[in-house]
Amino acid sequence: MAKTVEGLYYSESHEWVKVEGNVAIVGITDFAQHAMGDLSYVDMPEVDDEIEAGEEFGAVESVKAASDLFSPVSGTVVEINEALEDAPELLNEDAFENWIIKVEMSDPSQLEALMDAAAYEAMCANE
Amino acid sequence: MKYYDKLIFDLSKEGRQGYSLPSRKWNAVLADLPAGLVRGEEPALPQVSELDAVRHYTNLSQMNFGVDSGFYPLGSCTMKYNPKINEEIAAHPGFAGVHPLQPDATVQGALWVYEQLAKSLSEITGMAEFTLNPFAGAHGELTGLMIIRQYHMARGDEKRTRIIVPDSAHGTNPASAAVCGLEIVQVKSKENGLVDVEDLKPLLDDTIAGIMMTNPNTLGLFEKDIKEIAALVHECGGLLYYDGANMNPLVGMVRPGDMGFDVLHLNLHKTFSTPHGGGGPGAGPVGVAAHLAPYLPVPKVVRGEDGLLHMVGADGEACGRVSGFMGNFGVLLRAFTYILMLGNENVKMVGPLAVLGANYIKESLKDCFELPIDSVCKHEFVFDGLKDKSTEVTTLDVAKRLLDYGFHAPTIYFPLLFHQAIMIEPTETESKETLDGFIEIMKHIAAEAIEDPESLKTAPHTTPVRRLDETTAARQPILKYKDII
Repeated sequence: MAKTVEGLYYSESHEWVKVEGNVAIVGITDFAQHAMGDLSYVDMPEVDDEIEAGEEFGAVESVKAASDLFSPVSGTVVEINEALEDAPELLNEDAFENWIIKVEMSDPSQLEALMDAAAYEAMCANE
Repeated sequence: MKYYDKLIFDLSKEGRQGYSLPSRKWNAVLADLPAGLVRGEEPALPQVSELDAVRHYTNLSQMNFGVDSGFYPLGSCTMKYNPKINEEIAAHPGFAGVHPLQPDATVQGALWVYEQLAKSLSEITGMAEFTLNPFAGAHGELTGLMIIRQYHMARGDEKRTRIIVPDSAHGTNPASAAVCGLEIVQVKSKENGLVDVEDLKPLLDDTIAGIMMTNPNTLGLFEKDIKEIAALVHECGGLLYYDGANMNPLVGMVRPGDMGFDVLHLNLHKTFSTPHGGGGPGAGPVGVAAHLAPYLPVPKVVRGEDGLLHMVGADGEACGRVSGFMGNFGVLLRAFTYILMLGNENVKMVGPLAVLGANYIKESLKDCFELPIDSVCKHEFVFDGLKDKSTEVTTLDVAKRLLDYGFHAPTIYFPLLFHQAIMIEPTETESKETLDGFIEIMKHIAAEAIEDPESLKTAPHTTPVRRLDETTAARQPILKYKDII
């Protein structure tokens, strides 16, 4: 069974958000990495890119499929996890320890539309 | 099976040859070439005897698996048998020897085949006219979308830049639309696997160029609401594109033109028994309703006032040129042969027999494999992995184990609507005995998954190479011969 972490926000498209001040740290969930299988590539935006909540900001690819990444919040990309460029498998090893991007949020109230761990687990149980 | 993985360069011995050409015969021509274009040293070609070459390619060919060697239920690919008479006709010197730049008057036979195949396909699909020029299915999709774009542009309706694609679509649909410069809008499927008309309605406005659909869809299910969808899309000013990858079950029974589609492509290598070329020559003819005929690409085959057929290369209204000449003619010829050999009566049996075979396998195996949508399918259907999920045996394991029993694996992990998708399409050319053999082995594998899961997780065992490390191949691909040695 895929694990979740308490205290994070979760999106319907299987991203998680950890909030540090006004910065949202975004990754994909354990459920998502498990469904994708061994990841072979992570397509990330560039620092300073503007991204919109609900819009695509990158993609993850495995030998089975490619899946777009959707941003849970709007804002400016302040950092990307460059380690994933050479080691996409980090997301398979621990999806919650390895983030993908950090976003300076333009509207933190968007977090209210996301799920908590219990609600996300309930959603995954129905998938 | 003997394992053989040499490259022909591995066999090369300096000075060895099968045949020799007269030396220095073309020096006179070389003298006219600019110095920068003349090769300074001999090309590094393999030097082998005729026997070396024959043995090399014979051994390689025996590492292959094709419809001629066994059952190949690869969903969405329609791996039907390709009758050998197709090859015989295509090899006829009168066809094989023609050149695309010959004067029209000297290739009337070939142009007649082009014209007649276009007419036959129009009749089978209910479209008004066809171009046979596109070289593959996805090339046909791009051509069809170019025609749609050209139609809107010609009407001055330039804001129609968005195209609707269902979430169950073949991956080529959004890819072709992106290449054509269109923005993709996704429409969802309902629980029953069909396009959700209520989800579609709010997407329809004056920016919509059209919708791309395949019917039956990738779950093998007939889109029953197609007439309503066609009316809604047409009402908003959009056009309907039919992805003909799943045409096989409809042949002779139902016509996309009658469902309201304006443009379609056909995969001749699927529905019309031409070889699946491993990337080799394909053909993706595109048919259109009458109002789109002016926008078909050039060159076109047109009968002139002199009574002869001509290749017409310039046409102001056409969407452009998608091929140097008239498509992959040898492939077109095979498809035309197939249609003539079936004839008007037998062509009507293609669809029903393809549907019967798929439903027979589905019903025979649904106790062992998870059938997420339990209804009558068309030419193919999708299981969502094994019924018993407790074993942790995956769809990949099942597919690999099938190889041990001499079957090609079905399509797996597509469509993406189900996590453990296994997509099976038997086609109409397989006998009941072959289908029964496959069913028996699939049941056996389902039992093995419970009794001996390790034999599945480590499969295949009897193939020349064992399970490949696809992940490392994707993460650290070795793309050059020199990197291997």
